Amino acid sequence: MLTLLFDGIAYGMLLFILAVGLAVTLGLMNFINLAHGAFAMAGGYITVLLMNRAGVPFLACLPIAFVATALLGALLERTLYRPMYARPHLDQVLFSIGLVFMAVTAVDYVVGSMQQNIHLPDWLQGRLPIEAVGIGKYRLFIVIVCALLAIALQWVLSRTRFGSRLRASVDDPRVAGGLGLDVNRIFLLTFAVGSGLAGLGGALGAEVLGLDPTFPLKFMIYFLIVVSVGGTTTITGPLLAALLLGIADVAGKYYVPKLGAFIVYTLMVAILLWRPQGLFARASAR
Amino acid sequence: MTDAAATTPSRASPRAPLGAAARSLRGYARWRWWELALFAALPLSWLLLPSQALLLNEIAIVALFAISLDLVLGYAGIVSLGHAAFFGFGAYTAALFAKDVMPDPIVGLVVAIAASALLGLVTSVLILRGSDLTRLMVTLGVASILYELANKLDWLTGGAAGLQGVVMGPITVPFSALAGFEFDLNGRVAYAYTLVVLIVVLLIARRLVYSPFGASLQALRDNRLRAASIGLSVPLRLIAVYTIAGGVAGAAGALLAQTSGFASLDLFDFHRSAEVMLVLVIGGTGYLYGGIFGAIAFKLLHDLISAWTPQYWNFWIGLFLVVLVLVGRERFIRPWTWFGKGARP
Repeated sequence: MLTLLFDGIAYGMLLFILAVGLAVTLGLMNFINLAHGAFAMAGGYITVLLMNRAGVPFLACLPIAFVATALLGALLERTLYRPMYARPHLDQVLFSIGLVFMAVTAVDYVVGSMQQNIHLPDWLQGRLPIEAVGIGKYRLFIVIVCALLAIALQWVLSRTRFGSRLRASVDDPRVAGGLGLDVNRIFLLTFAVGSGLAGLGGALGAEVLGLDPTFPLKFMIYFLIVVSVGGTTTITGPLLAALLLGIADVAGKYYVPKLGAFIVYTLMVAILLWRPQGLFARASAR
Repeated sequence: MTDAAATTPSRASPRAPLGAAARSLRGYARWRWWELALFAALPLSWLLLPSQALLLNEIAIVALFAISLDLVLGYAGIVSLGHAAFFGFGAYTAALFAKDVMPDPIVGLVVAIAASALLGLVTSVLILRGSDLTRLMVTLGVASILYELANKLDWLTGGAAGLQGVVMGPITVPFSALAGFEFDLNGRVAYAYTLVVLIVVLLIARRLVYSPFGASLQALRDNRLRAASIGLSVPLRLIAVYTIAGGVAGAAGALLAQTSGFASLDLFDFHRSAEVMLVLVIGGTGYLYGGIFGAIAFKLLHDLISAWTPQYWNFWIGLFLVVLVLVGRERFIRPWTWFGKGARP
């Protein structure tokens, strides 16, 4: 029971790290980016390839995955995404679906369609010897890393100058621009960090979630659930939504395996029917 | 009140402003020459291309599906990522009905349309509120729920293996003494059947979108707030159009299941919702025939690319989507504007 809860929390934390970038880009640019999972997949594949082909240690791979995906995100933001911000949502959806299709097939072509495995270092394998609660060491590692990241994000957003600029741009890009903030630069940086976090999440999650070329399609709906249920105006909203989703999914699959993902989807539709702006969204002026 | 205001000047002069307005409205709804040509071309394709009937049948079904999405997306402005829900639901209903109740195709089609329209009615509550993102999520969620249901209820639907062994009876023309038409192997009967449904749906949909109801849909698509403030009931109209579109998509799914004798999980897949959106966008939204042109273009594109690289054809379709959106659809289908003065919008 507690093990289940813990696994759910670990899963939820992972989903949070994966989806938080999406929440920020959606809230900031009002851009529906269905291709967010592609960045996570990129991070996962970078880690797998570095570990298995180049023998880079696992811990070193994580920052590399973060930086590489962030750079990729920045590059794509500058070249492809920026013209899309002002477009209608339909165009954005089509555009990002196109990107997902391309990413899926490109990875399939380059690496192959089989499931990739990560060989974890020894000190992360096995379970902690605590009575009654089996805690996987790797799960604990994930929870710690993700919690640190969440705290860091919250701190950056609420305490630093960049955070207040970002919040100003989210609230009203035009006024923020009028006050002399370089909104485009803020967008670029945020997009890069968001993609980098997704890449890091993909690297961390390759062991837990599984990694194959259909990753972006398989988890797209999960990311979107986190964002739409959690709302895009805060960090805590998506965090709580991700935890809820993680626990509900793990518990649902354990207790009623026959229903599978059915519970999660139904829960989401019910929540969105009840509160269309998200469960934890503050009253929005827009 | 408005009647009085309108008739008073008409007494003063025979050529009243009302007459002019009515004429312009009628002109807006009149039959264009290419519409007539299109309606003539549909039966002609059955006569002239008998060897391609199977392919044409597929195209017609995709076209019907895309027309349904056009009602929702092009006319009412609802971005749906889960339109396959109705397609699959109609297909499964028709297949199950043929298998367990009776094999008559026309009754099965009517049942499937009714069932999917009902599903549209029930789920339309979900699309009334919230932002575009919420609607995307909810439509996607409904399709995923149905996918999971069809997957897990394997005693009913055959689960992941799909629903096999659907045997259709002959098509009997209602109220006539004609002998039934058996579905044949080269698909000519199937195509004729699909064509009749397609033409009937097109005629009904045409009547619908040029009616005051259709005009009010476009009004609320363009500006929901303004439409509501001139007294249109936005929710009722959305419910109505979503129900109708659900029925049409269900018809498309039912036709697919009946003419192929098979229904599988793949019908509910996200891939299908994305594909029909692509078909519609290629053909153009908001003028009813986009689905037909889009389906033809998409099928040709599909055959062309998969003949060349069958496994990776998704990459090219993705690239196509990205380029289409980046360039802009309006400019994409007009290559002569790519260079020169008109190139920059």
